[in-house]
Amino acid sequence: MTGRLLAIGLALVFAASYAAAQVGADKRRSGYQDMGEALQKMQDDDTANPGMLFVQLGGQLWNRAVGAADKSCADCHGAAAVSMKGVAARYPAIPGGSDRPVDLEGRINLCRTEQQKADRLPPENRDLLALTVYVAHQSRDLQIAPPYDPRLDAFRQEGAEIYRRRQGQLNLSCAICHDDNAGKKLAGIVIPEAHPTGYPIYRLEWQALGSLKRRLRNCLVGIRAEAWPLDAPEYVALELYLMQRARGLKLETPAVRP
Amino acid sequence: MSNILVNAPKTARRGAVIEIKALIMHPMETGFRPGPNGRIIPRNIIERFTATWNGAEIFAMDMSPAIAANPFVSFFAEAKESGTVVLRWTGDEGFVAEQRVDIAVE
Repeated sequence: MTGRLLAIGLALVFAASYAAAQVGADKRRSGYQDMGEALQKMQDDDTANPGMLFVQLGGQLWNRAVGAADKSCADCHGAAAVSMKGVAARYPAIPGGSDRPVDLEGRINLCRTEQQKADRLPPENRDLLALTVYVAHQSRDLQIAPPYDPRLDAFRQEGAEIYRRRQGQLNLSCAICHDDNAGKKLAGIVIPEAHPTGYPIYRLEWQALGSLKRRLRNCLVGIRAEAWPLDAPEYVALELYLMQRARGLKLETPAVRP
Repeated sequence: MSNILVNAPKTARRGAVIEIKALIMHPMETGFRPGPNGRIIPRNIIERFTATWNGAEIFAMDMSPAIAANPFVSFFAEAKESGTVVLRWTGDEGFVAEQRVDIAVE
């Protein structure tokens, strides 16, 4: 009898500690946690975070009618605080009538060409970034939640392969720095875990807002690989994988990074 | 139209020293960088920032090409009387931006 009670007791203790270990198991870190205190405060203060200037601009563009259809984003989507909440947390996604995933910038350009009958905005265009950051800002503090969509599996798989593929003259893969050596230092700077938690980001080095694509190109140049063309599907595949990898982390858009 | 973010208290005690923080969107192009075509991109900076409280100047600064894009300015002022603080940025290519902030002094 006592033996049985003891066994049950031990089982309970084990179950409790296992559960505790599972809760504590998430040791993933956003780049935010690896920044200095000054930069964290800059990001947290909405009147000191330069990214908020672009959120403000994005809000103005949201309500501005453009294109041959003379429609604004608000004409279809209404208030972004309602209609765009959570959107950035689940992108990239496959738009209706297509079989390829697009990122948020791609989705905005689709709306421009199909609904507004306007020209596509070029990559890293200020207005495109402002609209993207305005939309993504509506998901701030929400957890990254990539949707279950079997059509995305192949693209996520491709992204995972790119992430682990050695490339460039330095013969490095993303994983070598951001999985195997994350938290260590490279030229005095902490190597982050590469979770896309705050894109588009305001990077002080750029003195501007920039997309995840720009950041990825930065890394590719860093390992002396040839960067893919700006419209290459590799970026979206990689973003799909990174978002999957960062599932559950909170969005910070607009993030500030050194 | 300029994009500006200002952080200033709406109310202040008489005689208190308050901090006013202002951020403005501006490229602050130095005039030393070559563009993609190899030609120097002409200088385009904010040259001067001023702040007045009910018309009287309380803060002013000259800016230089070495100041980063989207400059952030923070300064202190003594709250003497209720009124309007006018922040004004002027610069190259006829750049003028203004932001008014009302502060009630009790």
